Amino acid sequence: MKYPVWLAIFAICGAVSLQGQQAAPASAPAGGEDNAALLQRMKDMEDRIIMLEGKVRMLQSAASSPTPAPASAPTAPASESTAQAAAAPQAEAPAPVAAQTQAQTQASITASENPNVTYGGAGGSAAKALNPDISVIGDFIGAAGTNDAPLLAPQQAFPSLQMHESEIGLQSIIDPYARGDFFISFGEEGVDLEEGYITFTALPQSFIAKVGKMRSAFGKVNTLHNHVLPWIDRPLVTTNLVGGEDGIDDAGVSLQRIIPAPKGIFLEATGQVFRGDSGDENSPVFHATDRGDLSTVEHLRGYKDITESTNVDIGLSYSRGHNDVGSDFLTQLYGVDATVRWKPLRRSIYHSFIGRSEFIWSQRQEVGQEQKGFGFYTSADYQLGRRWFVGARYDRSDRARFANLTDKGTSVVVTYWPSEFSQVRGQYRYTDYAEGIKANEFLMQLIFSLGAHGAHPF
Amino acid sequence: MKNMQIAVRFLATISLAGLLSGAAQAKKLNVITATTDMAALTQEVGGDRVSVEAMARGYQDPHFVEAKPSFLLKLRQADLLVTVGLQLEIGWLPPLIAQSGNSRIQVGSAGYLDASQFAEILDIPTGTVTRAMGDVHPLGNPHYWLDPDNGRRIAKGLASKLGEMDPPDAAYFQQRFQDFDKRLTAAEQKWDAEMKPFQGKKVVTYHNSFPNFAKHFGLNVIGYVEPRPGIPPTPSHTIELIGLMKRENCKVILVEPYFDLKTPNSVAAQTGGKVVQYMPSVGGEKEVTDYFRLFDYNIDLLTKAFQATQ
Repeated sequence: MKYPVWLAIFAICGAVSLQGQQAAPASAPAGGEDNAALLQRMKDMEDRIIMLEGKVRMLQSAASSPTPAPASAPTAPASESTAQAAAAPQAEAPAPVAAQTQAQTQASITASENPNVTYGGAGGSAAKALNPDISVIGDFIGAAGTNDAPLLAPQQAFPSLQMHESEIGLQSIIDPYARGDFFISFGEEGVDLEEGYITFTALPQSFIAKVGKMRSAFGKVNTLHNHVLPWIDRPLVTTNLVGGEDGIDDAGVSLQRIIPAPKGIFLEATGQVFRGDSGDENSPVFHATDRGDLSTVEHLRGYKDITESTNVDIGLSYSRGHNDVGSDFLTQLYGVDATVRWKPLRRSIYHSFIGRSEFIWSQRQEVGQEQKGFGFYTSADYQLGRRWFVGARYDRSDRARFANLTDKGTSVVVTYWPSEFSQVRGQYRYTDYAEGIKANEFLMQLIFSLGAHGAHPF
Repeated sequence: MKNMQIAVRFLATISLAGLLSGAAQAKKLNVITATTDMAALTQEVGGDRVSVEAMARGYQDPHFVEAKPSFLLKLRQADLLVTVGLQLEIGWLPPLIAQSGNSRIQVGSAGYLDASQFAEILDIPTGTVTRAMGDVHPLGNPHYWLDPDNGRRIAKGLASKLGEMDPPDAAYFQQRFQDFDKRLTAAEQKWDAEMKPFQGKKVVTYHNSFPNFAKHFGLNVIGYVEPRPGIPPTPSHTIELIGLMKRENCKVILVEPYFDLKTPNSVAAQTGGKVVQYMPSVGGEKEVTDYFRLFDYNIDLLTKAFQATQ
């Protein structure tokens, strides 16, 4: 036990004396002559250390990005040894110390050759670095007031208190060619894969492809998760014509590409093919009875910056699929969406305005007469200060199955942001159902997010 | 068989077109940077062999840039994307990169450069990091470009990166870096001399975006207007801050151009201090056109403020 300690002390003494010997002749001529040169050398040294620190940081984070999957174990020793190799010429380590480090590396090599295979994420910090970004978003909703929604109305009342959704997000770069995104949403009872897809980011000709289950590109609201909506509920037109909270959210393939356009206009076309099952279980928009009952979504998005703080975003959407009456019955949806945003860049965290509107036409083939419904919402949201937002929304929509029945609604929303990671929202909602029933409700929502910093909604 | 031939010819045309466009791009590298500071440094070493454009404006909070589709139009053409890194752009850049349809600039590709690897990084948290500390950056403070030594290091890294991407011009970039280095060293001597009388001076900043500048010029940041990073000022914290500034005899409050001046002004009124709207990035004011002017501007503001409050 004592022997190695003595050896270590001896080694350190040796190192110090060696350094002293080296330093003495070097400093003698430099003595009073040139402080500037010494300073310069120190500065160079500092620069090199900073460069090395940066390299180490990059190596640490590189482990979490595109190295091929099973590389977790090899990368750790590799990064260590390269760091050491890089450090070696600069440190000019005296002999005994070098011998020691050599022994250490040898020890680490033998350790890594040890056939103890580690499974799963238990391989230390390097393996952890390869874990996807994990986030959890809680969405709690409370409701007060009366809403005796008619049985046939797609919009139903919220319960008094509800842990509406707990969404787990798992996101990561898969390899140099693709990234993966999973959003698993837990209701109070069931679990649902809200989205889970791979995005191919390195395709030729600037194409971007997604494969998996995803919220389709039909309009604006359909693409948004609950926690980034500017309201607690979804507009009546979504509930009545586009399948409710889940909307057109299905397994399939999506292909999109930016189309070159003049005058700084951003133009993007998206084409998607899905299995053909979308919407709430009780009243789906699309339903596939056969394998051939695929549904499609086409979307064209045009965007332009008017000034540096104002922009306009316009979309045209079309969707077609088979409905729950049978394979021979089609539902077709047409949509137009428009968004105007204003955000002065110097005060971007204090003030902003978003006006948005979506118009949707639905043609649903039934055994009897084809049902042609129309609906829209229009809304405005203004940011008063860093933490306060107010907004209002007007709703009007026919029902997909009974196009002669029209529901109307108005909402006023106030949102408060304690921080970027939590949000409290109150919404007063007035609904005038087609049956003549009127509902006055006050909804409260608390959204809180844990874990990885997600992207800000736009 | 005929179909086969057509297919081959089609493929050949596409790949030829690809090669041609590649050759055309090789003439002038198209560089997009996340912030104006990185653009300014790229311009210094890239000269007329690169075209550079920044996404965020100099007067904009770089944490809260909007992921506008118009940025995609720029990103899809880019040969090189230079980011500040350390999660500064985490709220807006990752979705833009994924949607750009540009394989060259994807994270880990040759055309993706995280400039933080070249710079000295401060405030790297040790121990557990939680959001109870506010929107803290777990990898360290991302406002590192405000130290001219870091500017030199980043420029050096950029010069060798540009050289890798455009080997025929590698010597040109190196020569431009040497020139930049010389000019920066001369400027630094001037700046250091101007700031020398104020070494050890205490200042308060709105957000913790000043540590590298403070370290380089020997200033002492004693507090922040924000109680925690990303959390707006609270009355209790403001009272504490006023007490602290009075005790420490600190008179200068530095505020980034994208923050509200109400709280800083009231703190200044109660402490007899002065609010200085400093410029964290190139292009924040019209006269701040390059990396040198950025320091000229801020040092001028600071020296005047220190003199006025002495």
